[in-house]
Formats: sequence, C-alpha cells, structure tokens
Amino acid sequence: MEGLAKVSETGVDLLYSEVEDDLRASVRALLADKSPAASVLARVETDQVTDTALWKELAELGVTGLPIPEELGGAGVTLREASVVAEELGRAVSPVPFLGSAVLATSALLALGDTAAETLGSLAAGETTAALAIPLATPPDAAFPSSVRAVRGALTGTVTGVVDALTADTLLVPAVRAEGPELYLVSTADVDRSAVVSLDLTRPLADLELTAAPARLLASGADAEQALRSALIAGATLLSAEQLGVAEWALETTVEYLKTRNQFGRPVGAFQALKHRLADLWVVVSQARALVRNAAGSVALGHEDAELNASLAQAFVSGAAVKATEEAVQLHGGIGFTWEHPAHLYLKRAKSDAIALGTADRHRRALARLVDLPVQ
Amino acid sequence: MTSASAEASLDASALRERVAAFVAAHDPATTDQTDFLAARFDAGLAWVHFPAGEGGLGAPRALQSVVDHEFERLGFVPTGREGLVIGLGMAAPTILAFGTPEQRRRYLKPLYTGEEIWCQLFSEPGAGSDLAALGTRAVRGGDDWVVNGQKVWTSLAHRATWAILVTRTDPDVPKHKGMTYFICDMRAPGVDVRPLRQLTGEAEFNEVYLTDVRIPDSQRLGGIGEGWRVAQTTLMNERVSIGGHPEPREGGLIGIVAHIWRSRPELRTPGLHDAMMRLWVEAEAARLTKERLRQQLAIGQPGPEGSAAKYSFSRLNQEISGLELELLGAEGMTYDDWTFRRPQGVEFTERSAGFHYLRSKGNSIEGGTSEILRNIIAERILGLPGEIRVDKDVAWKDLPR
Repeated sequence: MEGLAKVSETGVDLLYSEVEDDLRASVRALLADKSPAASVLARVETDQVTDTALWKELAELGVTGLPIPEELGGAGVTLREASVVAEELGRAVSPVPFLGSAVLATSALLALGDTAAETLGSLAAGETTAALAIPLATPPDAAFPSSVRAVRGALTGTVTGVVDALTADTLLVPAVRAEGPELYLVSTADVDRSAVVSLDLTRPLADLELTAAPARLLASGADAEQALRSALIAGATLLSAEQLGVAEWALETTVEYLKTRNQFGRPVGAFQALKHRLADLWVVVSQARALVRNAAGSVALGHEDAELNASLAQAFVSGAAVKATEEAVQLHGGIGFTWEHPAHLYLKRAKSDAIALGTADRHRRALARLVDLPVQ
Repeated sequence: MTSASAEASLDASALRERVAAFVAAHDPATTDQTDFLAARFDAGLAWVHFPAGEGGLGAPRALQSVVDHEFERLGFVPTGREGLVIGLGMAAPTILAFGTPEQRRRYLKPLYTGEEIWCQLFSEPGAGSDLAALGTRAVRGGDDWVVNGQKVWTSLAHRATWAILVTRTDPDVPKHKGMTYFICDMRAPGVDVRPLRQLTGEAEFNEVYLTDVRIPDSQRLGGIGEGWRVAQTTLMNERVSIGGHPEPREGGLIGIVAHIWRSRPELRTPGLHDAMMRLWVEAEAARLTKERLRQQLAIGQPGPEGSAAKYSFSRLNQEISGLELELLGAEGMTYDDWTFRRPQGVEFTERSAGFHYLRSKGNSIEGGTSEILRNIIAERILGLPGEIRVDKDVAWKDLPR
C-alpha cells in the first residue's frame, strides 16, 4: 500500500539487560531503605521537599551522571539505562532532581559538546544540580521560548513552572536576542526564585525572575534550538519511564490490597467486577512497558524515529499512569482517600506528569505530523 | 545419533547448515511441495523441538524460528497452508504430548505435509466458555466407542480428514473428571457436517452432528476420564500464535484506515482525526507489546502476555473497523456481499469495511471470550482469588442446564 512506505521501521531491543536489572535492584534497595513512602509523605509538608541527602547517595550509584561520558566523571552509559532508574524513581515517587538535572539539563548540555564539560563533571559527581529554565509543561515541538531576553550578556525575563530549580546551583536558560535563540548558563544565586504550590507534592516547581542576570553564552542559533529539542525528547522519553514506574506501583499495591481486604465474607479481589478492572489495568501497564522500552532504546541509539517514539510513549503512558493511580484510589475505597495512605502522592504525580512535557493530545498532534496523518 | 551429541551440536548455526544442506539436496524450485515437506519432516526440520523421528531433532523450541527463517531465505515458502491451522497449531502438540508411538507415527507426518486436514470438535451449543460442561456422549461398545451429540463453531470440518474430539464418558462424576479425548474420522458414518451461517453472511464454520459414530479405542488420546487434561494442552496452543517476524508499523487494520485518511482528504473531520490518532497509538502499543513478547520467547523466557495480546487485538480490531465505516461515510452504508457461501480464500483485509466491522465482532468470542481472558489475567497473572464455584463437586448429570 503506497501510504505505508513512508513509515520507517527500526528494530529496538524491548527487553531489560542484565546491567539494567542490576542497576534497578541497587536503586530499588536504596530507595526502600532511605526513601520509603512514609518518609516521602513526611517531607512534602516541610520546606525541604527535595531530598538532597538521598541525591548524594544516588550519586554514589552513578545515577546522577548515567549518560555523561566517563572522562567527565559520568557512567558513560545511555538513556536506556537511565530510563530504568526513572522507572524506579517513579515507583517510589522519589523527590530528587533526576528529571530536571540528570535528564533535561544534562541532555541539553551533552548536546553542546565540550562547552559545558566542567558543569557536566560537577553534575555527574552529584556536587551540584542544574535545571533547564523552561515551563515543565513545554512539549518537544514547542517554539523556542522567548520569555527571557539577552542584552549584552545579561538576561532579563520570567520563566514559570520550572522543575528542580529551587535546589539547583546552575540554570540552563533559553533566551532570545535580535540575532535569534541562544542558550546561557546562569548561577541560581543571580536569579530570584519563588516556590510554586504544585499539584504534585513530591515535585517542587518554581517561578524564576531574571533581572539583568549575568550569564555565560553556551550556544546560539540552530545549535541552541537543537540542544533544547534533544533535551525535551530525552525528557519526554524518561518521563514516560517514570510514569511506567508510577503505574506499576499503583497496580501492584492495589492488587495486593484487594487480596487481603475482606468484605461480604471474602477478599474483594474475588469479585469479577474488580478483577476485570485490574486485568484491564495490567494490560495497559504491560503495553506501557513496551512503549517505554521502545522509546528509550530508540533515543539511546539516536534513531531518526526517536522523536516519534518519544511522542508515542507520551501519548499512551501518560494516560496509563493516570488511569492506574485513579483506579488505585478508587479500589482502595475509604483508605485511598486519606492523606495517610500514599496513593494520593502517586495520583498527583501521575496527573501532573500527564501535563509535563506536553499532554497526550499534543503528542498525538506531533505523531500525526511525523507519520503523515494531517488533521486537514 | 545419541541425544547428548544431538543437543550439543544443535545451535542456530548448526541448524542453518542443516537447512542449507537440505535445500541443496531438495531444490525447492523443482521439488513438489508435498514431497519437499515430507523430506523435511524426515530430516527433523519440520518442528525442531519435536523428538527425532517425529519431525524434529529434540532442539530448543526457540530455534524453530531460525529454521523457518532460513528456509524462507533460501527460497522455500510453502503455499496453501491456511487450512492447517488446527492441525499444526493444536492437534500436533496434543498428539505429541499424549499420543502413543503408533498414533504419533500415523498422524503427525500427513498432518505436517498438509495431506490431511484437521478440525476441532470441542464447543457445543450448551458448552461455550464452560467447555467442561460438554455433553456429547461416548459409550463403550466392544473395541469401539459409540458417540452421539452436537458440536458447533467447527472451522474446516467440511474439508477435514480428522478431528480432535472431546466427549463425556462418565456423567456420574464431576464434569472435569468424566471426559475422554478422541481422534475422530470425519468421513465415518454418522458424521454430518452442516454450514453455520454467521452474521457476515458467509459460513466459515460448521455445526457437526454425531449420530452413532463408531470410534475405535485405538483412536483414544490419553486415558479414559483424562479428556480435560488433554484438552488443556490443546487450548494452551490456541491463543495468539506469535510469529517469527516483527509486525510492521500500520501492519493491521489501522494501516487500512491510515491509507484511507492519506488518500482521501475529503473524508477528514477533526473528530475522526482525534479518534484515529488515539487508535493509531493503541495499535502501536499492542504491536510493540506483541513484539516484546516475541523477543522474550526468542530467548526462551515466555512472558504471561499471550492471553492479553489476544484480548487487546480483538478490542482494537472492533474499534478500528467501527471507525473505518464512519470515516467512509456514505460508502460505509454499503456491504460487498451477503451471499450465503463458504469463504473463497479471500484475505480479511481485501473484503469491504462492513465485513471488517462485522467479522471482528467474533474476535472477542472465538478462542476465549474477552471476559474469560480477563479472568485468566486476573487469576493466573495477578493471583487474585478465583470465582466461587458451585459446579466443581457435583456430578455432571446433576448440573443445571
């Protein structure tokens, strides 16, 4: 059929490697020990939501610099392995700056080559963290942001809803000059940051106000645009892995609960109305896993389909995580509606993640463009 | 050859060499297909995981796809095998597992070459999802069994030489215990095959009436009263067969809808676009999940996704074919052919949109209803408690029906 020839196809290994299994086990064990649900819940109402001590321990496992080359102090692996870490961090709704620093900022810096070697080294070591100064809701195919202007090497403007900026040392700021788009490095000491009350209790967002902030130019023009876009594609991919982890937690926790919760003289998990809902959820989660592996493998290999596969994952997995956490709240009954039970942390993470880096609808629009299925 | 040395030498490259040597000795271009397949069976390259002498080499199951690929690469692609789906997919593994040496010698080779077609006499009007409730009676009479009853939804019955048949031999014990499994000669006196017209207009399937059909005891597969266990082996092989090749993107019905969308801009509306893109994403999710399962099976690590894959595809086929009709607008109000006839070997995708829509309604019923499949996922994969059963300890004859 003539319409099909345009859609290219490259095989991706959709399974987990032994290295990935080992990495998962180490991260899971550390999180179970240092960041159980009860302690996450206790943190979210303090003024130190982000667990910087945990981040240092994750740095010892190499989690802070997975895709950073070994000569810069990183682990020298790919975003495929990083996506397994994202799954685990999602599973534990862990309040660490992985998405903002180790994925978004790191991917943008890596795309710029040697200009940011020193910063990357410090990020890999876990000594500092960085944030990418864009609204977290930005989809990969958005126009280059223009809310910050560069004048004689200083930046002025506002950026709202930035992830992991409150605890960051460095900001990577997209800004525009008359000549076009540029990317700058700015110290957070020179930026006015205010915390936002975020829907996702475990993921602090911040509004940034820059007033003639001193900045170091990293890239201009197409290089700046390309770096930002590749960061957003990597971000969308790893976000889908995080969403998979969230969905898995919700499914497993709910299944276990329904095996032990008795009403009408039997476990409520014996009722077919509930079993079928959980079976449907299992199907959705197993499909989400295939799409996440496909996107992560594709991005890691630098496939021409990487953007397509990232949008495909986002278009599906966002809804999967929301559905799984909504079902977790509902099927837990009364206890699921309490503050005490952690289900709400996952619901809030899932719904917020569904908006982060583009809603499913925006990703479907991107797919329509990428596979030649135009709306009109 | 001893089995130890056979196993030691049977890796993928050794099998490729065997296939190459076989093809060198039997040129696919000039050898009759049946003769080629018969020789392939004798060489142990039919199904390599079967034992030597029975079409295989005792090799790991995962290596079968290596052999299939290699035959294909060397130019041998058998044709006209669509009638063998029951024989190859269901009868053969059951005969291998439960057949006597004589039975395996008699049935496996012509089954493989396609000289004998098989069908499956399982479902009955009163035993669908609850197959173990079946009531077709087999009564011992000398060296034979005398069978009476009605089977339904039997594809290929009108072409088959043999059937795999489950019967009730003891009505006085609980239903799972009183069944016996047979190989039934479809040309025997008393076997009456009638086409069963389905809502598409055609008759893919049959009703099969069995009236005083005599089956020699030598055609019993497994022990008397063991029919349920034997049938389980058959059914395990029924659901979604995972092929040796990755499916391409837009390979199924969604590809047809996408093609219509690309080639006929006058049909486009925003609502249909949204519906199509949602289904496009879901079709990709189902395809990649199946591909992930294929990769798991290839390294001998079967996952529990098989039942789910069948469940996902039936729902998707139904939704996509429904969208296809709406997308076509006025054309969607037409149908290609309501004639009551046997399918003419026409590919599903070559029929009209209305046929896609109507035929896919059967997808969630045949081979395990979607409701049963969800029970399987919930109980066997998630470990949720089973239904409360009221029929397990009651003699079959005392069950309400």
